[in-house]
Amino acid sequence: MVKKMSGLFIPILSVVLGLLAGAIIMLVSGYNPVDAYIALFFGVFGDSYFLGEAIRTVTPYILAGLAVAFAFRTGLFNIGVEGQLLVGWLAAVWVGITFELPMLIHLPLAILVGGLAGALWAFIPGLLKAKFRVHEVIVSIMLNYTALHVTNYIISYVLTDKLDKTNNIFETATLRSPFLSGLTDGSRLHWGIIVAMICAIIMWFILEKTTTGFELKAVGFNQHASEYAGMNVNRNIIMSMVISGAFAGFAGAMEGLGTFGYASIKGGFTGIGFDGIAVALLGGNTAIGVVLAAFLFGGLKAGALNIPVETPIPNEIVDIVIALIIFFVASSYFIRWILNRINKKGVK
Amino acid sequence: MEYVIEMLNIRKEFPGIVANDNVTLQVKKGEIHALLGENGAGKTTLMNVLFGLYQPEKGEIRVNGEPVKITNPNIANDLGIGMVHQHFMLVDPFTVTENIILGKEPSKAGKINLKDASKKVRELSERYHLSVDPDAKIKDISVGMQQRVEILKTLYRGAEILIFDEPTAVLTPQEIKELMIIMKSLVNEGKSIILITHKLKEIMEVCDRVTVMRKGVGIGTVNVSESDPNSLASLMVGRDVVFKTEKKEAAPADVVLDINGISVKDARGIQAVNQLSLSVRAGEIVGIAGIDGNGQTELVEAITGLRKTISGSIKINGKEIQNLKPRKISESGVGHIPEDRHKHGLVLDYSIGENIVLQTYYQKPLSKSGVLNYSKIFDQARNIIAEYDVRTPSEYTPARALSGGNQQKAIIGREVNRNPDLLIAAQPTRGLDVGAIEFIHKRLIEQRDNGKAVLLISFELDEILNVSDRVAVIYEGEIVAIVNPRETTEQELGLMMAGSKRMEVGGKSRG
Repeated sequence: MVKKMSGLFIPILSVVLGLLAGAIIMLVSGYNPVDAYIALFFGVFGDSYFLGEAIRTVTPYILAGLAVAFAFRTGLFNIGVEGQLLVGWLAAVWVGITFELPMLIHLPLAILVGGLAGALWAFIPGLLKAKFRVHEVIVSIMLNYTALHVTNYIISYVLTDKLDKTNNIFETATLRSPFLSGLTDGSRLHWGIIVAMICAIIMWFILEKTTTGFELKAVGFNQHASEYAGMNVNRNIIMSMVISGAFAGFAGAMEGLGTFGYASIKGGFTGIGFDGIAVALLGGNTAIGVVLAAFLFGGLKAGALNIPVETPIPNEIVDIVIALIIFFVASSYFIRWILNRINKKGVK
Repeated sequence: MEYVIEMLNIRKEFPGIVANDNVTLQVKKGEIHALLGENGAGKTTLMNVLFGLYQPEKGEIRVNGEPVKITNPNIANDLGIGMVHQHFMLVDPFTVTENIILGKEPSKAGKINLKDASKKVRELSERYHLSVDPDAKIKDISVGMQQRVEILKTLYRGAEILIFDEPTAVLTPQEIKELMIIMKSLVNEGKSIILITHKLKEIMEVCDRVTVMRKGVGIGTVNVSESDPNSLASLMVGRDVVFKTEKKEAAPADVVLDINGISVKDARGIQAVNQLSLSVRAGEIVGIAGIDGNGQTELVEAITGLRKTISGSIKINGKEIQNLKPRKISESGVGHIPEDRHKHGLVLDYSIGENIVLQTYYQKPLSKSGVLNYSKIFDQARNIIAEYDVRTPSEYTPARALSGGNQQKAIIGREVNRNPDLLIAAQPTRGLDVGAIEFIHKRLIEQRDNGKAVLLISFELDEILNVSDRVAVIYEGEIVAIVNPRETTEQELGLMMAGSKRMEVGGKSRG
């Protein structure tokens, strides 16, 4: 009974605890938490514009979460989603500004090239792990910085003449739609959410239904047994990173082709790739879990923007409160542990 | 009557199962008391209760007549209960003394006093005739010696009651004899011993009394002098057990496995198999007898493609297969029951059904164009589970949740079901109980009778002698003798395994 309920009960309890902790911070700082949470709620569900923006925020979180979760399920820790996302973003925009093609070809091509770029970027740590047993975490962290600065360089010296952003992509490569925008009162909502959902289904299908997924998971659980059973362990490690990187690349493509329509120089990481780790963990590394967790994450992030607008609470406090909620949600393991202890005591 | 340990009417439940139900164990001072039972009978649970790792739901524990509550292992230690684990808990690069004092280092102003400790270890070692060198490094001493270090560790901590958990599983016949002598000298010095085992021979040899457990229930305690192996076995299993597996005369036919002069290096790059030649024919079982670490593992890995050979050839039905990929070799008709079922045999987090198709998932009808057909997969799993009597709640249960014997039956079912021309069985019955061992031996002989070649690798001489049609003795990576199991003795094999006797086998053996 406890086990069945904890699937839903613990995440909800985590959110409640996070809200309480955030409320304490606000009370201590002399602000009214009730006002803040009302503003947060309205920041997501208040009107169609906010809702559109929230869904737009969720889109790259789903894909980044899928990227991390896919690697986790196959025994790898892809902490390089951020870098893969950046190269995916740039590659997709490059296709968007360089070619003039009919939309039916141009848009899918731009998305695919974005995914391919992310896959290539993830291929490097995969290859090094497979061939030389170099830990993928080290390589992919370093490749995050490499990606940040290489993309910045390409934007200002290759694609433009010392500008800080590229041209806007052609209309034939955009994910934006006047229809979605009109439906949500002029928000930046784009078709990317559909792409993200399709990717979630793809991840589920690969892992649960295909021989490839069977091998990938087996290698993740037990390399020795996989080798014994005739699977190619090294190929599977590389394949896992490549698929994970493709999801990350798609996340970048969604930003480049949907939200922004261009690629710009960045002073630091977007953070989406790292939040993807939390999304994946929170979602239990399953496709459906990642989608739900991404909605929670994206919803909080988007709704939080409304708090400083409607209340006197400064941005910094809002960031702390949101971080606390996420902290509690992400530490559901810890909460589960405490609940178990209480249960055990109760039985005695 | 004076008892040092009394566990009275112990009941321990886990969600869904009763691991111990009304079990009573009473150990007299100065006796060797065997705790006998099949795997999953609840022996380990009972000992974990005694060691303070589990709390019983019901029952009482008394030490020297005093009721005690053992809530953690430290309390057990303080009460003089020590455990010699089956898997040694030793730090390899440390010396014997360093390992023994680990966790209880005698120190003065932060400085460890190794000299005194070493002296104390030497004294203990001499007193109990263990002949352990306190300053030797663990990695330099034999497995048997390492076990003595574990014994010393408990003695150093003042243990009066020693629990031995399957102590002979890793030892050679000679080492087992020596261990028996050590155990006797321990009780002569006033210690008491609980011996967890399912080997009846050992019980008959050293134990005074034996408590039998079956399916979590204490069946009773008997005096060993008033008992015999057959009656103990039937007490343990709950039915009559055949020890000598019935088998017909072998009818060897064509050579299936032909190994010619192969050399293989181990993981450290040291040559482990040295110019080894061996052949196995269809319709015969060849047993490889040898002490652990004489190249058996590397030999099997070379045949199955898990390790590269550096010279020589391996042929299956005349086709060279050395250094091919494991899948190619398995498709050429080789089945392999691996030595370490947890490391190689199973993906423990996969369901038992998924494990049953671990090598065949990519073939029709289990999958089609890369998409798995789970209903076919679980159909096949159900058949094998039924045919090989794998006790599992369902085919969807994670392999991890099954007992060792049932995991092994699933692996054997999987391998035999692929109908390989050559079946390699490495330590197929390690850690299993009499019932499961009987089952597995029957299956191996059945394969032979169906005209398949079987290569059996085992440290258990009983098993080698009982099942094989020919016995090859391996020593330092070479086959030093090939003998007929009916014309040899354990004693002779033991000497050959230790390298002190060899027979001319020539370059190639003929069945």
